[in-house]
Amino acid sequence: MLSRVAERLYWSARYLERVENTARLVSVYDDLLFDLPNEIEVSWYNLIEILSGEEAFEQRYKVKDERNVVKFLLADDTNSSSILSSLKMVRENIRTTRDVVPKETWELVNELDLYAQKNIKQGINRSERHLFLNTIIEGCQKIIGLFAGAMSRDSGWHFLIMGRYLERADMGTRILDAAVSLMLQSEPEARIQLGQVTWSKVLKSQSAYLDYRRTVRTSINGAKATTFLMNDPCFPRSLDYCFGQISEAAQKLPRSGLIVTQANKIFEFKYPLSSSEDLNEDFHNHLNELQIAIIEINHKITENWFQFRQGDAA
Amino acid sequence: METLTNQYNSSDFFDELIDEKGGFRAPAKQLLGYLDSLSEDELEKRRTTAEATIQEMGISFTVYTEEGNIDRAWPFDIVPRTIEASDWKIAEAGLKQRLKALNLFINDLYHDQNVIKDGIIPEHIIKESKNFRPECVGITPAYGVWAHICGTDLVRDENGDFFVLEDNLRVPSGVSYMLENRAITKRVLPELFENESILPINNYTSQLFDTLAALSPRDIENPEIVVLTPGIYNSAYFEHAFLAQQMGTELVEGSDLYVDTDDCVYMKTIDGPERVDVIYRRIDDLFIDPEAFDAESVLGVAGLMRAWRNGNVALANAPGAGVADDKVVYAYVPEIIRYFLNEEPILKNVETFLCDDPEQRAYVLDNLDKLVVKPANESGGYGMLVGPHSTKKEQALFAELITKHPRNYIAQPTLKLSTAPTLISKGTLEPRHLDLRPFILQAKDTYVTTGGLTRVAMKKGSLVVNSSQGGGSKDTWIVDTKGQ
Repeated sequence: MLSRVAERLYWSARYLERVENTARLVSVYDDLLFDLPNEIEVSWYNLIEILSGEEAFEQRYKVKDERNVVKFLLADDTNSSSILSSLKMVRENIRTTRDVVPKETWELVNELDLYAQKNIKQGINRSERHLFLNTIIEGCQKIIGLFAGAMSRDSGWHFLIMGRYLERADMGTRILDAAVSLMLQSEPEARIQLGQVTWSKVLKSQSAYLDYRRTVRTSINGAKATTFLMNDPCFPRSLDYCFGQISEAAQKLPRSGLIVTQANKIFEFKYPLSSSEDLNEDFHNHLNELQIAIIEINHKITENWFQFRQGDAA
Repeated sequence: METLTNQYNSSDFFDELIDEKGGFRAPAKQLLGYLDSLSEDELEKRRTTAEATIQEMGISFTVYTEEGNIDRAWPFDIVPRTIEASDWKIAEAGLKQRLKALNLFINDLYHDQNVIKDGIIPEHIIKESKNFRPECVGITPAYGVWAHICGTDLVRDENGDFFVLEDNLRVPSGVSYMLENRAITKRVLPELFENESILPINNYTSQLFDTLAALSPRDIENPEIVVLTPGIYNSAYFEHAFLAQQMGTELVEGSDLYVDTDDCVYMKTIDGPERVDVIYRRIDDLFIDPEAFDAESVLGVAGLMRAWRNGNVALANAPGAGVADDKVVYAYVPEIIRYFLNEEPILKNVETFLCDDPEQRAYVLDNLDKLVVKPANESGGYGMLVGPHSTKKEQALFAELITKHPRNYIAQPTLKLSTAPTLISKGTLEPRHLDLRPFILQAKDTYVTTGGLTRVAMKKGSLVVNSSQGGGSKDTWIVDTKGQ
């Protein structure tokens, strides 16, 4: 398989996952702000911080209010990770790799892109935001479902898997980090109340709420929710699952030694969390290291399969 | 009773299917009889089937406009054009003869230039040709062949005789549409393929593959062949993808390839670099190698010319082959055939006036309202003056251009192009002008497509058939009525 084709598949999967994750994140935040007691102050701007978009945001907006934040995340073409920008990237990448993905992919991607463009105002205004975001999430799942049901498990598939799970792990660590920071920044007396709302929303943002209930079978608290989202071997959005998938997919590709080692290293290390006291600065640093490791894996994938230098062949 | 064909009026020009008295020409008999037997609604249904098939197959081409590039569905007429097999045989022999001579000519230009020394063609014509590449002097590609894939445009005059309008030796396109037109027509008029002796066309892509494989510099069983495209924004991208897929080769962009320190070309794959033997490039000469030509080009591969010159990779068509598709050189092709092959040309040229020649130029300037003026080095029907359809202002502009750069222009009489019945609206056939682009392949062997791509000027009276200028196309049937 051509490196360029592999790279485009990898990135179309990353951007598609980014679209879904961004929609999930905004959706949950919307919900969270409804449920929090008025005296607890949580800003929409946290979302910009979660996604490391501070610089781009501040170049464009002065006021850090809901409308600007949602506009930035959903619609802005100056934000390369906004839902509309990401969809455009999915479309461009699929457009030139149409012959290696199922035939209907191109139509579904176009459909989703058109829907998002046409109805973007619904997403920005609060009243119909839920419907808009839900339709986006469903649109993404339709495409992923098409891949699952109709795509040959060849090299192209493995690049899609690596892209999807690396992006998912990236967003997963960001959301955990955001929740931990939120808790650390809050007044100790508000923490219990805030914790109850926050951790169940974090689980919901990952569609993990019911699985948590069934698997962990205790009330929801920070340490248990975090452990579940980090280490559960079966839940398809847990970090363990993501790194497991990356490692498995890489193993099926040529010359993958470095990437497999790196993914396995993360997979095998289990951060000790026994109580919510452990969700402290150290844990925050650990999540930071995970972020760096994810960037590193992306780097290695690029270097190993997509980029070449003079002298590599001769 | 009123039928589809008896309302048809073909009197002014040579109509290829229906003669001036309304009789069906032999190769069109079964086809037209069948169309006459269909009701208006049934015929309309066939037309919608064609449209749906085109949508489904995703056949499109790109038009460049100021608002950006638009993907358009391929405009298609369901009534095939028919040609008698015995007539086609002659054209086929003529095309083979022509390409053989042109390749000998190109090879001579890059070596001894005997054709100039012997006074067949003036030296300055070659020296001033935009498509002569000094970088290619002294090189002999495999079999001495430079133009491996050629698209030659043929027209028929008022007597039905074939003429060559131009040769496209650089990156001729359209062959995928020829193949798709047949695929659509099989779905639209399946009944006719059962009983008629319509000659098949479907082996083009395997012939192309064999032609390319024969060029491999390495003597190995499975040479690595790639199709090099400028990318998705090129008007012929659909065709590039189609041909790569049909041949089972990779479709690559310039950035997928690189030339390593051993002067060999490699393709970047997830398994590591893979050596490439043959490149079917669909990028113009000047963009293929920023090291040798346009340094700004991002479409090409740095060092490609070096690799080619060292014999480590084959390029089809070879760089520099375009020197023979200059429209001034065209005027000399009959002489070129006589000189190199010692044969009389089988296919005639259209009468051509060279603005470069003072006497001929004077005639052209006096008759701009009657002639078609063409730039010597453009393709796609851009930059032309069609005299009888032009304004005084346009004629004045061309007079100025011709006087300033006589070498860049030629003129031809307005041709009485043949027509064929075309379905214009529900239940109405009208004559429309057409041309034919067969494709000729040459490496070790020579091959000509059975028929070619028929392009139709969809506008009444128009002579412009280019898809970028509102032309359409239809299937071409070479019909063997004599059981040969």
